[in-house]
Amino acid sequence: MTSATVSTAPRRTDVPDVPAPREGRSGRRPASTILVTGILVVVAIYFLVPVYWVVVAASKTTDDLFGTNGFWFGNTFALFDNLGAVLTYGGGVFVRWFANSVLYAGVGGLIATYLAAAGGYALAKYRFRGRNLIFGLVLGGVLVPGTATALPLFLLFSQLGLANTYWSVLIPSLVSPFGFFLCRIYADATVDSSLVEAARIDGAGELRIFHTLGLRIMTPALVTVFLFQIVGIWNNYFLPLVMLSDQDLYPITLGLNNWNSQTDRLPEFYELTTGGVLLSVIPLAVAMIVLQRFWRGGLTEGAVKA
Amino acid sequence: MTTQTTTTPTGAAPGTRVAGRPPKKRSTAVDRAPWILVGPFLALFLLTFVLPIIVAIGQSFTTVTRAGLFGEQGVTTGFAWFENYRIALEDGNFVASIWRMLLFGVVQVPVMIVAATVLALLLESASARWPGFFRATFFMPYGIPGVIATILWSFLYVPGLSPIIDLTETLFGFTPDFLGAGTVLWSIANIVTWTYAGYNMLIIVAQLKAIPPEMYEAARVDGAGPWRTAWSIQLPLIRPALVLTTVFSIIGTLQLFAEPQLLMTVSPAIDSQFTPNLSAYTTAFAYNDYNVAAAQSVLIALVAFALSFLFLRLTNRSSR
Repeated sequence: MTSATVSTAPRRTDVPDVPAPREGRSGRRPASTILVTGILVVVAIYFLVPVYWVVVAASKTTDDLFGTNGFWFGNTFALFDNLGAVLTYGGGVFVRWFANSVLYAGVGGLIATYLAAAGGYALAKYRFRGRNLIFGLVLGGVLVPGTATALPLFLLFSQLGLANTYWSVLIPSLVSPFGFFLCRIYADATVDSSLVEAARIDGAGELRIFHTLGLRIMTPALVTVFLFQIVGIWNNYFLPLVMLSDQDLYPITLGLNNWNSQTDRLPEFYELTTGGVLLSVIPLAVAMIVLQRFWRGGLTEGAVKA
Repeated sequence: MTTQTTTTPTGAAPGTRVAGRPPKKRSTAVDRAPWILVGPFLALFLLTFVLPIIVAIGQSFTTVTRAGLFGEQGVTTGFAWFENYRIALEDGNFVASIWRMLLFGVVQVPVMIVAATVLALLLESASARWPGFFRATFFMPYGIPGVIATILWSFLYVPGLSPIIDLTETLFGFTPDFLGAGTVLWSIANIVTWTYAGYNMLIIVAQLKAIPPEMYEAARVDGAGPWRTAWSIQLPLIRPALVLTTVFSIIGTLQLFAEPQLLMTVSPAIDSQFTPNLSAYTTAFAYNDYNVAAAQSVLIALVAFALSFLFLRLTNRSSR
């Protein structure tokens, strides 16, 4: 992780899905096309089977779930009954869990991105004492396993009276060492110092320069940081598990786990769990497929340096 | 591009346009600005990363003695030297869980990285049809939380519910046991690979796209076929992405928690100390021994650090 130049960083050949200029390399024999596409289809089936299964399972009654073939629909089509049960069970607690996840991931992602951008920009565009120390510290933070800090953070937050509140999950979500790292590299490579100086001469304050000039130029990196942070928070399990005991504060991961763990005693929870899993997977799967192109670059912009 | 930032006097010349700000004040504004910008991030970073690590290290060297049956006659804390670490390391189950994760990592990480690389190369080859569709499909599981992925797969593992077990029974007449003592580790490996292979693939694809077209052109002129191009041009040039994804996978392996914790309810082969993290969690919340749990957390982080460092050293040396 030396600080070589990252001249490749801002290059974005935004021509998705075109197999580059290599296509003209040869006509490509149809045999190899069939072989390669065949392999990709088999792999795609592997990735899709669990999702397909849950779509089928969510449409079944508990009797059908155990009595009929798992890969095909059952005798009664109970999808809407099941989804209705998911949404109304326990006074609509599933909706609440979903809203909590949106709150944690949305607010956490936005603020974390803004803070990472400000910090990364400051390190890239100013020379000041302690600059290298900060960068080294944060770089170490990227490598610290997230679960290693969760336990001591719980002890700390308990003493501050923050454990088992919205804050206990939200505050750690506001920090993204990886985002900071990426923003610093990106600002270094794209925000032109002479532009900053010109803005200064025009009388713009330092913070205004960052907000009007810096943020705008850094937007592509910010999108990547934002998406990573959202997925990270949404998928987090250990931190909320350690911090929260009040079910009303649960994110969706914890809530579904709660239902799933009751299935062995109360079989009707199978319907709730499969329905709940389906409802939470669909928005995520759609989001991943739609946003997939924004991940391009992402980590490798930092990796070019490695 | 770096020199002008701190030299302030240049801006003082067109004094009218500086909107009445004397040069002296501007210089302090430039001095102050980075701290205002980095301050909020730094404060939160110190609170949520640095302080917990200090607390954990402090806790791991502390011993708490409770007087009386329930500690009602006062609690005394003292410096314990390496006592907590001794307890953690003498706990055979905890040490076994670290070895289990090493075994897991030695198999799962290479399988996943090789799979991700092959998929990336296939997707980027001219032979692939509909690369956009496949890329999106392979990447999709990354957005599914580990907890939900585990619930999904556990349905496919549990006898009576799993259509896969039904299928192998009717087709081949044998009943696979996905949750047995010898197999459950690899059933977990399957869930982890399913979740992250597409994500790693996308990172590698991004690096493949950064290879300048002239390189392919040159290889073609030299008469290199697709195999030769992949081996001599693409693989060496995506090295940084491979190193990065491997390091993150190693760190992730040692953190494994959600998958075994959820499968515990359906698989008797998983105990409460199956992975190092599960061990630390159990020590803290089932035995309420935060000090030994802190020592375990520190040990997990140290092993993750050591392995990442070792791997980086190895790859650095072989590239020279």
